[in-house]
Amino acid sequence: MSTLAHEHDHAPSGLKRWLCSTNHKDIGTLYLIFALTMFFVGGAMAMVIRAELFEPGLQYVDPQFYNSMVTVHALVMIFGAVMPAGVGLANWMIPLMIGAPDMALPRMNNMSFWILPFGFALLLSTLFMDGGAPAGGWTMYPPLVLQTGDAFPFLIFAVHFLGISSIMGAINIIATVFNMRAPGMTLMKMPLFVWTWVITSFLLIASLPVLAGAVTMLLTDKYFGTSFFDAAGGGDPVMFQHIFWFFGHPEVYILALPAFGIISQVIPAFARKPLFGYASMVYATASIALLSFVVWAHHMFTVGMPLKGELFFMYATMLIAVPTGVKVFNWMATMWRGAMTFETPMLFAIAFVILFTIGGFSGVMLGMTPVDFQYHDTYFVVAHFHYVLLTGAVFALMSAVYYWLPKWTGYMYDEKLGKIHFWLSAISSNVLFFPQHFLGLAGMPRRIPDYNIQFADFNMISSIGGFAYGLSQLLFVYIVIKCALGGKKAKDRVWEGAKGLEWYVPSPAPHHTFETPPKLTKEMLEH
Amino acid sequence: MAAKTDIKKTSLVLAAITVLMFGFGYALVPLYNVFCEITGLNGNKAISVVSETESSEIAQDRWVDVQFDSNVNGDLPWRMKAKQINMKVQPGKFYEATFTVENMKNNDVVGQAIPSVSPSQASLYFKKSECFCFVNQLLKAKETKDMVVRFEVDKDLPEAVEVITLSYTFFRAKAGNS
Amino acid sequence: MKLKALFNKLVSLFVLFPLAAQAEWGLNLRQGATEISQKVYDLHMFTLWIMVAIGIVVFGLIFWSIFYHRKSRGVKPAKFSHSTTVEIIWTAIPIIIIIALAVPATKLLIAMHDTSGSQVTLKATGHQWKWQYDYLDEGLTLFSNLDEKSQEIRQLKSGLNPQDHENYLLDVDQPIVLPINTKVRILTTSNDVNHAWWVPDLGWKRDAIPGFTNDNWAIIEKEGTYRGQCAELCGKDHGFMPIVVKAVPMDEYKIWVAEMKAAQDAKKNTANIVLTKEELMTQGEAVYKKVCLACHQANGQGVQGVFPALAGSAVAIDPANRLGHIHRIIYGKNLMPAFGEQLSDVEIAAVTTYERNAWGNNTGDEVQAKEVSEARNK
Repeated sequence: MSTLAHEHDHAPSGLKRWLCSTNHKDIGTLYLIFALTMFFVGGAMAMVIRAELFEPGLQYVDPQFYNSMVTVHALVMIFGAVMPAGVGLANWMIPLMIGAPDMALPRMNNMSFWILPFGFALLLSTLFMDGGAPAGGWTMYPPLVLQTGDAFPFLIFAVHFLGISSIMGAINIIATVFNMRAPGMTLMKMPLFVWTWVITSFLLIASLPVLAGAVTMLLTDKYFGTSFFDAAGGGDPVMFQHIFWFFGHPEVYILALPAFGIISQVIPAFARKPLFGYASMVYATASIALLSFVVWAHHMFTVGMPLKGELFFMYATMLIAVPTGVKVFNWMATMWRGAMTFETPMLFAIAFVILFTIGGFSGVMLGMTPVDFQYHDTYFVVAHFHYVLLTGAVFALMSAVYYWLPKWTGYMYDEKLGKIHFWLSAISSNVLFFPQHFLGLAGMPRRIPDYNIQFADFNMISSIGGFAYGLSQLLFVYIVIKCALGGKKAKDRVWEGAKGLEWYVPSPAPHHTFETPPKLTKEMLEH
Repeated sequence: MAAKTDIKKTSLVLAAITVLMFGFGYALVPLYNVFCEITGLNGNKAISVVSETESSEIAQDRWVDVQFDSNVNGDLPWRMKAKQINMKVQPGKFYEATFTVENMKNNDVVGQAIPSVSPSQASLYFKKSECFCFVNQLLKAKETKDMVVRFEVDKDLPEAVEVITLSYTFFRAKAGNS
Repeated sequence: MKLKALFNKLVSLFVLFPLAAQAEWGLNLRQGATEISQKVYDLHMFTLWIMVAIGIVVFGLIFWSIFYHRKSRGVKPAKFSHSTTVEIIWTAIPIIIIIALAVPATKLLIAMHDTSGSQVTLKATGHQWKWQYDYLDEGLTLFSNLDEKSQEIRQLKSGLNPQDHENYLLDVDQPIVLPINTKVRILTTSNDVNHAWWVPDLGWKRDAIPGFTNDNWAIIEKEGTYRGQCAELCGKDHGFMPIVVKAVPMDEYKIWVAEMKAAQDAKKNTANIVLTKEELMTQGEAVYKKVCLACHQANGQGVQGVFPALAGSAVAIDPANRLGHIHRIIYGKNLMPAFGEQLSDVEIAAVTTYERNAWGNNTGDEVQAKEVSEARNK
């Protein structure tokens, strides 16, 4: 086994190792720790939101601060938690999965990480400013966002920095996968996780610059007298929404596709059966990515579009259900007649398949224009996107961490605690988000700090679920720290049925791997 | 180990795409306007000023109700009122409507009006030969002005449209945008 | 104490759940008061049941696998990794389902776009944070703010119980009235930022965007009071600008319009009303609560960095600024909206007096309606 790795394995030590690291594993670790930190920062804001919504009436925060919480929670979770966690996994695993010694652009890799804390320092500093943090929603619609006080330029530049960081990460991933695969690792032999990240990277490169353009227009509208979105100067506030969602819908898949990749690694491993329909998985991912550029206006049906426009975006949106359905069916067929065991990664993966699909159902409903006129901007939407992002993307990330943690640390995590963490998370997240479907249907708009008493009961249940979910994640931190410090030694092939090159290197993975390209055998290329 | 030049090449191509997409973000602005003109999206984009040529075939038996509505945005201290609440018009003929705009404040204020036509499918068929919109209008202290719009409803207006609302919103003109 | 109340609440919540489930708990979309809202509801239910059916099949198969295809049962894993037939089938079936959904959705959407044959046109203009309504055919304008009781309860740490107000946050000081069985065109636009006008019982919501006029329509079939809220984040008090529509027979509607127009005219001629200082203060406080408090706060301190304080501010205490103060209310400035159209001379006089004497601004000033009327011409 360890012939593939180098024996002389010494990492530089001290602060310098982390600040100046160009090692993909170290940078991956940095990304993951940063993402976990932001998960708790964004989570704390979610706790403020749920505490205020626990009962009708305003008990803890004023409405302006509440709006800031809603806005910054979203930005932190999207750009600070889910995206960096995905990039962290990509950094750690892609070189190991394709037999490359490191990422193609190691120095840029270091830079793209260290931009992140800087960007978030900008964003979070606004919480202490006069006039408060941005409170116009993460969607930053003008004219409202232009009413932001001193925080406004900080918001814009923070978005720029986070965007630049992600684009650099994406360029690095594509450069790595296109140029550094071990001989014999053809594109259609690559693990699906690698495939989904290549496609995600293209989405990032194509969509984030558009967001950068849109927020730059906001900046010049506010300070330099341009009128892109200002009706007074002949501009159009609705145009911002079009440009924003031209970025925003691909962004949704930037969060979801790596999750699809993770699940496509984990399910075959624990079903002890090859992934069903590898090729159709790749094509489905690619078609979801392409479709994501022509459905943006379904986020804004209520702005008042011509009939033809509404019909086009409705049909295109509903069409996405087809490739997404193919993926779900493929996972189902992978489990079918396997020999399954249910370790924590598998539990999270199965929960992902079921709960993400529920999010997909509400997605189809939201895509139908005439009914969306009712659902739009209600808690039904809030429930929908938390099902696909929390019980979807975040559950997949949890699954990935449990799946690869022994490879990273060299120790097994505490399986019993892992399972407890899973059950607490799965139950509490459903208590948290399922009632929000009812709230939305019954007529509760989103982004409101207070509500009529008819919404009181479900909000209280939802808040209880929220607190339970938040607390459960502390257990996750404990499990990870415990695993990093010691425990049962992990085997090189941690999971009996796990496929892929990463299981041919020792556990923990040495600081340098595949410095000479591995000779690939047939078994190494299975998935 | 892959050749360093290959990596460089890939990265440069990707960086170029990034820059292109940033440009594309800006290109969406004119593209969007073209898109609006074709589809009549958002009502106001499609309204270009046309020269007045009386259409030969006027649908004699068809009458469309045009309502006139006015809004004053934000902190602009003006009052605006249509002199006529509505007009019955025949498609293909030009008509004139007048709005009275009053500056209630004792200093000069510059405003700019934006038109909007609803329902949106009607905006493609609503043509103006003369309008006070999209240009800065100066009202002196306490001044009252009549502003005139000459318009025609195209004879190809879909049958389903019976009422059209022409709505103007006066905004305070942006500073340095005269 | 609070914990105990919470505990009781939780107990009752779970004990009473089965009983309350039907009655009070809004679980589903409303069928509403129009043909369109009913059709929207039907399409929603149709889609929902299709989704439930797919869910039962897919989740059923997954759980079947979980129970029967587990290693602990000693099964040997199969080796298959694709099947073109199956893959074609499960690409085709979703396409068929989508078409089955798209057909009724398209029909309904076309029906919703048909504004022809309308008899009444109402324009709803969003303001931060209230709605302005114009009955375009009647020349009637009115403003609709959150009702006073909700306003008091919803203050941060007010200590008042929202349970005491059945229509908490869903009530306004001035509801609008619409005729039943009449096609009403409802235009939406905005005075400042984006809002969205939404009454669930009418079956749709529509954004209100500055500079644009969106239109939609409704034929309300049942008499009644229908409540809704702003549905697009519009700043601090987005959650506090409800909509209340009363639907009545046409003749009642006409009487209401006539009354409202008379009241509107009466409001224009208040320049000669003279009130005592006490009357000015009480009326002023009422006006302040209705239109000023949301930003400047009950204690006149405003919100730092966003809304300036009135207590101790030069505008409200400096004798030289007395006219400026009145003008600020009439014309607004930047974020501060103009109230000249919404408030009568006597209301502006009262609120100016109030602001110049409350919270320790003891200027002793007394502003009468005549002064406001003159200020409008200065």
